[in-house]
Amino acid sequence: MLEQSFYQKADEIIESHGRMQRALIPIIQDIQNEYRYLPPELLSYVAKEIGITEAKAYSVATFYENFSFDPKGKYIIKVCDGTACHVRKSLPILEYLHKELGLSKDKHTTDDMLFTVETVSCLGACGLAPVLTVNEKVYPAMTPEKAGELLAELRGDE
Amino acid sequence: MDFITIDSRCVPLEGEKNLLSVIRKAGIDLPTFCYHSELSIYGACRMCVVEDERGRVFASCSEQPRPGMVIKTNTIKLQNYRKLIMELLLSSHCRDCTTCHKNGICTLQSLAYKLGVDAVRFTNNKEEQPLDFSSPSIVRDPNKCILCGDCVRTCAEVQGVGALDFAFRGSKMQVMPAFNKDINDTECVGCGQCRVVCPTAAITIKKDEDRVWEALNDPNTRVVAQIAPAVRIAVGDSFGIPKGENSMGKLVSALRRIGFDKVFDTSFGADLTVYEESAELVERLTKNENLPLFTSCCPGWVKFSDYKFPELKENISSCRSPQGMFSAVLKDYFKDDEKKTFVVSIMPCTAKKGEALRPENHTDGVQDTDAVITTAEAARMIRKAAIKFEELDEEAVDMPFGIASGGGVIFGVTGGVTEAVLRKICYDKDNNLSELSRIEFSGVRGLDSVKETSIMLGDREVKIAIVHGLGVASQLIEEMKAGKRHYDFVEVMACRRGCVMGGGQPVPAGPKTKKARVKGLYKVDTGSQVRTSNENPMVEVIYRDIIKGREHELLHTRH
Repeated sequence: MLEQSFYQKADEIIESHGRMQRALIPIIQDIQNEYRYLPPELLSYVAKEIGITEAKAYSVATFYENFSFDPKGKYIIKVCDGTACHVRKSLPILEYLHKELGLSKDKHTTDDMLFTVETVSCLGACGLAPVLTVNEKVYPAMTPEKAGELLAELRGDE
Repeated sequence: MDFITIDSRCVPLEGEKNLLSVIRKAGIDLPTFCYHSELSIYGACRMCVVEDERGRVFASCSEQPRPGMVIKTNTIKLQNYRKLIMELLLSSHCRDCTTCHKNGICTLQSLAYKLGVDAVRFTNNKEEQPLDFSSPSIVRDPNKCILCGDCVRTCAEVQGVGALDFAFRGSKMQVMPAFNKDINDTECVGCGQCRVVCPTAAITIKKDEDRVWEALNDPNTRVVAQIAPAVRIAVGDSFGIPKGENSMGKLVSALRRIGFDKVFDTSFGADLTVYEESAELVERLTKNENLPLFTSCCPGWVKFSDYKFPELKENISSCRSPQGMFSAVLKDYFKDDEKKTFVVSIMPCTAKKGEALRPENHTDGVQDTDAVITTAEAARMIRKAAIKFEELDEEAVDMPFGIASGGGVIFGVTGGVTEAVLRKICYDKDNNLSELSRIEFSGVRGLDSVKETSIMLGDREVKIAIVHGLGVASQLIEEMKAGKRHYDFVEVMACRRGCVMGGGQPVPAGPKTKKARVKGLYKVDTGSQVRTSNENPMVEVIYRDIIKGREHELLHTRH
């Protein structure tokens, strides 16, 4: 059970879109923007409020990669592994980040909730390959060394 | 009249909604997994593909028939298509056919055979998933799921429950409850309709046979069976007996051979239910309270109402179901016996397994029904015992519960409970049976989703509704709550057509089987010497000698 404030926020978001079945996706997108993830309890709550089954809401939320039921770190690092980035050696960058942060294919977020590392298939910035983003900011022509400097910089901000 | 051409033959169009229906009407039984006439069109399995004169290949289930169409259903191209699709389905399917519950009655297995798939070239790279044994009614085995979505649509569209849905996508797609919870932690009512439509063994009946075998082999246990009305017209399916034929006598004989000490008919329990429920209706009408009265014999409906309409708690009849009443009476009847009594009920229903576990169906904290096995399980037990069912002589059930009325038997079909209760009330009123045929034709029979009728009781008109399928029931109740409909008595059956198409009946059951089962049960009623529970002489005897004023303790869930 989440704190009451989560449900109040969810109510606000539901009201802003209308209590309609078809508003499911915009509602859960807004919830995810608010908390950087989609708390499972809120998905069930929204389903009930807009009159669809929990199983159906879960079906929609798992269909899109974008929704995450796991809390994410403060810095979400997306390493592009599209064709262009891949051939220009994006994997060593990912491997470096995994090793440096103690993450893996199945563990995406550091225990201190500072970093989340994910891969994406293409960021549409192939000319800058290999590329990664940190919370929407694009870092072009990366190398493992540059990624190390970036981590130090982000940690320094804390 | 408009025509289309199917494999060079002219076929008239008679308002069919999709091409597949026209093709099937023409005598070509195109294979399908995801098409069910009672569900929405899904078009996922692609088995029903056909080819038009331009060589275009498309699924016939989701195509509207247009006059003048020229269709081929059996070209080499189509054969190869179907075979490849089948091969792909099989490649990600757990193929342990020899040890599978569905062995011999599996649609996937039989289509693989029909299409001549003799090798599967692809390896299964799906991760193995754990089975879900959490429900007392059904077992989920995701490894056998072919993603046809039949269970998903049945649960949501017909039953209005929606406990299951697809999750994830692409090669990771699975059918599961939200967050992959145990099915028992969802709103699943255990009706088993998902299992009826499942073409594989992804959803099967939770087996309770083993506990029954153990009891049968224990010399210190008296094992007593009660057989529900709808079992008798379906159990024969497994032994080549014509669909819908009454096999009660053979079943009684088979159970005795297996080792049951006593065999009874749940229709007798239904006669008790008629007594209690009609009295309850008359009482509520007199006091004008807690109306409408909803029936309580269907455990799927009772569980559905628990979470969906908790405000109706007082409106639902306090009567136990026929199973519950009869088990309590049986336990009481044999209570002085030296041996332990083990009551087995044989039901067309998977939800009954859950009902037996509910504390309000226990007497003094003791579970009255020790094991519930479905028709399908009973058939399997008979097969296991190597009994030649079809050659058995018919035997009668045991005394003192040996007589059941036709009214008790038709509990197994939608409208039957109402008809039986009306027979009792009218008999009490006029003391003759001239009303019988009038009741029969008053609108209680038939397969409309909602049936309405009314009778005069004194100068009061008693309005009655009969509904089958929880989805429709749910809509009806919403309309009642909105004040659009008013009734005094509402019969609800969770499954479409009632118990004859319950979740525990043998599968597969197509449209012809469904029809034959309904007809078969009414035929048993017509052939009964005793049509109403009042005429059943044993009911009086049991009230006098066994129940002795303890109706509330033995026959009701709350007092």
